[in-house]
Amino acid sequence: MTEAATAPEPPADKAKEDEEDSRLDDIGVSVLQLVLAPVIELGVLARMLKDTVFWAVRPPYRFRVLIESLEFIGVGSIFIVALTGLFMGAVLGLQLADGFRQFGAESQTGAVVGLAMTREIGPVFSALMVSSRAGSAMTTELGSMRVSDQINALVTMAVNPVQYLVVPRVIAGLVMVPILCILFNIVGIFGAYAVCTTLLGIDPGIFLGQMRWLVDWPDVAQGLIKSLVFGVTVTLIACRQGFFAKGGAAGVGQATNRSVVHNAIAILALDYLVTAIVLGQGL
Amino acid sequence: MSLFSKADDAHAAERAKIREAAKDDPVHIRIRDIHKNYGDAEVLKGMSFDIQRHKTNVVIGPSGSGKSVLMRQIIRLEKPDSGQILVDGVDFATLDGMALERVRRQMGMVFQSSALFDSMTVFENVAFPLREHTKMSRSEIQERVMDRLKVLGIDKSAKKSPAELSGGMQRRVAVARAIVLETDVLIYDEPTTGLDPITVQTVDELIMETEAQFQVTSIVISHDMASVFRIADQITFLYYGEVLASAPPRELLTVLDGPTMEFVKASGVSHDILEGRTK
Repeated sequence: MTEAATAPEPPADKAKEDEEDSRLDDIGVSVLQLVLAPVIELGVLARMLKDTVFWAVRPPYRFRVLIESLEFIGVGSIFIVALTGLFMGAVLGLQLADGFRQFGAESQTGAVVGLAMTREIGPVFSALMVSSRAGSAMTTELGSMRVSDQINALVTMAVNPVQYLVVPRVIAGLVMVPILCILFNIVGIFGAYAVCTTLLGIDPGIFLGQMRWLVDWPDVAQGLIKSLVFGVTVTLIACRQGFFAKGGAAGVGQATNRSVVHNAIAILALDYLVTAIVLGQGL
Repeated sequence: MSLFSKADDAHAAERAKIREAAKDDPVHIRIRDIHKNYGDAEVLKGMSFDIQRHKTNVVIGPSGSGKSVLMRQIIRLEKPDSGQILVDGVDFATLDGMALERVRRQMGMVFQSSALFDSMTVFENVAFPLREHTKMSRSEIQERVMDRLKVLGIDKSAKKSPAELSGGMQRRVAVARAIVLETDVLIYDEPTTGLDPITVQTVDELIMETEAQFQVTSIVISHDMASVFRIADQITFLYYGEVLASAPPRELLTVLDGPTMEFVKASGVSHDILEGRTK
């Protein structure tokens, strides 16, 4: 008689219990992963930011690569930022004038457009546009470089890939997103001005006068501080997703998708955080 | 002169001394008891063998035997868990930071996918290491790059982008880029995978010509048996994280047994043909 034949069979109830235990374990692990994933992601981003700062101050300084990144993020985004700014300003002017008209306060439209643009809409929308256009392209480029061994090739040539690929992009984001935000504000305010004064009959002098009365330099500065934060965040998240992409073409696609989603969430969450800090309340 | 370039110059002088002292040593790299685990999986189980200087050293073995992982340790894309990688007596496995980058400049790598930079032309790809690591003038870089491209027969493609080249041509550009800094060691990761037989022969010839022309130590990771026996001076057979044999091809053919024999048989190339192909 063989050993297998003599071995006692486990009771059916015990097998069922084991299966249930294993299923519970799986659920537990899944829940834990879900909870820990954002924390791990923040850790990876913090480490990449630390590496970026470390390598940014070390020679060699690659000005040509930096200029290429400035051109790609900044010049390349001018059209899309200006276009969205124009329509955003136009629709904002339309909505506010319509709302204010209900209690005879349409003269305040210019002031509120100015405040909303400089403090909130300009920085948030320009960052979202840069994330959609330049951020996704950066993730795809770095992701393709990762899966086709080009990043490993840099390492084997004793070129630090963070210094060569990430540093110029993050610096370009830091410089260009605030500039694009200023462009968005100018074009957006022009859009609102054009709609309000030509279509809705608001007096141009009142529109601009009220804006000058309510909007002050601290409001513009608040928007620019946000733009600086968003500039670093957008490029860092885009680079992080591309830099660690894996799984071939499908993996690069997923990384690009994550880059856009994470950036949108980060921009909106940081917008609240920075606003709360700058205004000194609401945290 | 910056602090970093001073350190680089001092190191270059030190390296030149070490290389001069080691030039008569027939062994270029000594791999000693290398271990590498990924989680619970032990991929390299204490490998030890020698890489012969100015020879073509081929590492073969079935898929999953640890060839690519070993290559990643040799070029230090990853750090081994334990063991030594002695390059001219300097333990490459323990180096970090700038010291690691300086030693890495002695090594070149030709990836299976060639890993050429899509955004650059052939010329810019080959010039890249020179622009990064030397103070050469534009004309000197032009001269050096065109010289390498000419030797490898791709000088007419200097202005093309990598995407315009065939697989074989891309390998040539990758070799040119890897040797442009006058590297001592050249690692090829499965250089003939996915190529047609004529291109495979061209790549084999390229490996042998490069070794002869530039006096480099070649390490080739491959499982193309016909190609392996054509180019190898030394064959190391890996089997699930261990070295089963390391010997010149003719010698290896006389001691074939167990997994080594099985691997050679499965390649579909007969023992006699392989013997006829050895150098």
